[in-house]
Amino acid sequence: MKCARQMALDVQNGDTSAVSVLEESLAQIRSRNEELNVFLYVDEEGARAAASAVDERVARGENVGSLAGVPVALKDNLCQTNIPTTCSSKILEGWRSPYSATVVDRLLAAGAVPVGKTNLDEFAMGSSTENSAFGPTRNPHNTSRVPGGSSGGSAAAVAADMTPLALGSDTGGSIRQPAALCGLIGVKPSYGLVSRYGLIAFASSLDQIGPLTKTVSDAAIALEAIAGHDPLDSTSLPEPSPSLVAHVEDGVAGKRIGVVRELIDGADADVVASVERAVEVLKEAGAAIVELSVPEFRLGLSAYYLIAPAEASSNLARFDGVRYGLRVKADDVTAMMEATRTAGFGEEVKRRIMLGTYALSAGYYDAYYGQALKVRTLTIDAFRRAYREADLLLGATTPSVAFEFGSKTADPMAMYLSDVFTIPSNLSGEPAISVPFGTGEAGLPIGVQLLGPGRSEAQLFAGARVLEIADGRP
Amino acid sequence: MSLPDGWEMVVGLEVHTELKTNTKMFCGCANTFGAAPNTNVCPVCLGLPGSLPVLNVRAVELAMAIGTALHSTISPSTFHRKNYFYPDMPKDFQISQYDLPINAGGYLDLPDGSRVSIERAHLEEDTGKSTHLGGSGRIHDADRSLVDYNRSGVPLVEIVSGPDIRSSAQARTYAAELRGILIATGASDGRMEEGSMRIDANVSVRRTGEPFGTRCEIKNLNSLRSLVHAIDFEAARQVEMIEGGARVRQETRHWDENLGSTSTMRVKEEADDYRYFREPDLVDLVPDQAWQDRVRDGLKPMPAERRAVLTLRLADPAPALLDALEVVIDLGLDPFVVAALDAGVAPEPAIARAANEIASDLDGVDKLSVESYVATLLMEQRGELSATQSKTVLAEILANGGEPTSVAASKGFERLASGALGEVVAQLIEENPDEWSRYRSGDEKLAQFFIGQVMKLTSGQANGKEVIAELQARR
Amino acid sequence: MPELRREDVAHVAKLARLIMSDAELDMFTEQLGQVLDHASDMNALDLEGVVATAHPFGLINVVRDDVPRECLDHDVVMAMAPDAENGRFAVPRILGEAP
Repeated sequence: MKCARQMALDVQNGDTSAVSVLEESLAQIRSRNEELNVFLYVDEEGARAAASAVDERVARGENVGSLAGVPVALKDNLCQTNIPTTCSSKILEGWRSPYSATVVDRLLAAGAVPVGKTNLDEFAMGSSTENSAFGPTRNPHNTSRVPGGSSGGSAAAVAADMTPLALGSDTGGSIRQPAALCGLIGVKPSYGLVSRYGLIAFASSLDQIGPLTKTVSDAAIALEAIAGHDPLDSTSLPEPSPSLVAHVEDGVAGKRIGVVRELIDGADADVVASVERAVEVLKEAGAAIVELSVPEFRLGLSAYYLIAPAEASSNLARFDGVRYGLRVKADDVTAMMEATRTAGFGEEVKRRIMLGTYALSAGYYDAYYGQALKVRTLTIDAFRRAYREADLLLGATTPSVAFEFGSKTADPMAMYLSDVFTIPSNLSGEPAISVPFGTGEAGLPIGVQLLGPGRSEAQLFAGARVLEIADGRP
Repeated sequence: MSLPDGWEMVVGLEVHTELKTNTKMFCGCANTFGAAPNTNVCPVCLGLPGSLPVLNVRAVELAMAIGTALHSTISPSTFHRKNYFYPDMPKDFQISQYDLPINAGGYLDLPDGSRVSIERAHLEEDTGKSTHLGGSGRIHDADRSLVDYNRSGVPLVEIVSGPDIRSSAQARTYAAELRGILIATGASDGRMEEGSMRIDANVSVRRTGEPFGTRCEIKNLNSLRSLVHAIDFEAARQVEMIEGGARVRQETRHWDENLGSTSTMRVKEEADDYRYFREPDLVDLVPDQAWQDRVRDGLKPMPAERRAVLTLRLADPAPALLDALEVVIDLGLDPFVVAALDAGVAPEPAIARAANEIASDLDGVDKLSVESYVATLLMEQRGELSATQSKTVLAEILANGGEPTSVAASKGFERLASGALGEVVAQLIEENPDEWSRYRSGDEKLAQFFIGQVMKLTSGQANGKEVIAELQARR
Repeated sequence: MPELRREDVAHVAKLARLIMSDAELDMFTEQLGQVLDHASDMNALDLEGVVATAHPFGLINVVRDDVPRECLDHDVVMAMAPDAENGRFAVPRILGEAP
């Protein structure tokens, strides 16, 4: 499958039509979706209408946009009108949002063609897409392995050539980790760069929407299209979408890159080897390498697993059977709410609601949630110190390549620990990108991670592009 | 009503006022009363997944105006989530200000000279409205409830007084004065009957000089009358309990207007755990000095100041006028009265026409200019309009607009031709010899009889004072 | 840090409107206990004077003008309702007044 950039050029130039690009995408989905369980819903009708509209605009000689005719897969926690939005939860089964997320509107404005909704860990809570009420998604590289999560469906859609672009959401690594396990570029933008309006919240102060693609320039094009101030999101940064595509080839010459021990220690040998090779490549490209230790990053995991569940426990309160979605009948309203939530939520969601409710409850707030917020401050301060010595930071995205189904489901703590490298950027609200770099055990892809200070996306793309070229994708 | 000797009540009030904004607190849905159910709703105020709140600047400025009027310190503030499950609350949490309210501290001086401290006046969102069906229609024996979310997300300011109030009369005065302030700031229409101002009263009793007793909170008092009665009932109940050897239990109580009593609504439970935390979807509110000054400069005069302006012009107002005077202050109609007094209109009509005619059609107040009000009352004073006609003219302008002279003309309120009144009076004297002789022998009450008859014959065009003059002349 | 007890978990389930079987209570007590244990590494820190961060970037005073926007169509709203009556959302009886 062509990359999104080429597709858009071809559609805009009339070399191909959006409709035929779409049909190719739909054919691939038909041929592989049953096996991989990527899409929960394929909106053939809506996609055909959108593609036809693009073709008509091209025929009229209009400049359609940077994503003209590009099929896009949307993680199913992004609201889009007329089609179901489930968050992979039974509690929302059958619900159709009466409004679309800002990112969906912006994709459409750039000429993209949303083709459907992808599987995720229920309410984005998980690292393997095994926590979906609608069954796990399989890793296209090896179907006995997980695709990562929670944006596992979005990652698999791109990895399986169903669409060249997918959107995911990243609360503790949920874009970068599946990108790493599926051999893709995955971007967690600066907090507030992309509007969260219409993203069903997991942890509001950590969530960000970002792209998963096969190439760095596709990611830059997609992020440019969806970023920029949105008056519907109070936490949206006030500035317009940054210029990213123009900086993809900027390189890293003269940049200081900090290799962070805490973002590598504990990773499998094959992963460590990839990171070391990435260091060499960046050095050869003219970057100055700085060895750094940031012990606070280890504490981030503890803070994250209190802050995220605390916010989630409140965000998920509204699923009570009163206004939309599932209702389990009972004699009084409290019993109805309890029956509905008990039947509608899966085990992992309940676990996090319980954890978060406890962390916020009277008598425990200071010891847990209050403490976690302070550790968040420490993490932010630690980043600030690190960025005095380095322009960008480098580490692994995940401790290992894609793991086997069921290998961590019995032990939630083991699953949580696999997020240790991605969490710090969510706590600080700063951007990070995962780039495929080499392969490891069983020939599976490995991702390395570049991290930068707030609003440094352009530099991250430039760094990622250096690695992409060195990894054999010029 | 007073407590037995040696007892004192301690009352603090929490007044919730809906803010008179065009739109809701966090979304662009219209903030109106009385729309068809679930028509003023959107993803945000329905709590749909993925929706996010954005703060209404007008709500912030009205809150700041209230704080300024109450001498509060306008402070950097944050929003919190108050988490509890309830069907009329679409997100199952309420966005409210918690430890850092926009207005901290302050006070309100009452017309009786007392001062009530203000602890805080903070912003929060209203809930939807439930209707209970089956049984008596009360929540307790209903079999189901229906929820309308039109009110969900309407901006509220909650004004919390210190426990400084010592009688139900003082509570009433406080609430009335606060209501006047809310109207003056433009924050509220003060319509308690529509629920735009709701009061919770914290009541406890103590033997004079002793520490505060255990308090009970009486919820949702919807009129000043209920406020007074509920406080009196509750204080007496607590005194009776303590004197009977029982202890007051801290609880929330419901006031039943029909029974004239309070009853337990819910006991304060340990399970009340709202898990407050910072609302991550909103950012801090830090009004700088320039913004605060802008709000302060935009404030109209407050009731106390306006009362002083009026009182200055009324050397010694008749006691009968005092209630009407408060209505005028409360509803902000004093500019009409002041202008009329300054133009030489007598105090009684100057105040009464505002307190009655304008007050009964406040929606039309924009159609009536101060100049038209003064002109109408001067026409009345000069005898060109009778009192009845003057009221009719004002009512007509309030309803449909217009200018007094032409409205009076269109109603046919021409002054009786000179001489015409004399003829009518002469005719009546002839037709009612008994009444005339009683009047002549000094029974002044008969004057009213003749005025009434004249009015009937002239369709209200005559002027009462002129009738009396005609009668006197023939006496 | 306080030890997590089974009755705490039961209490939290009630607060969160979740029904827990005995087996689930046992499981969650153990699993949540592990997460909280792990979090106890935060206890070793001296956090006196550290300011809590609830938000990554320090935006302030984000407000919108008081201008009406179109509401949702009433029929669209009510089509979502699991149960409705007379244009309102219907729920079974409510046991207590709102706090």
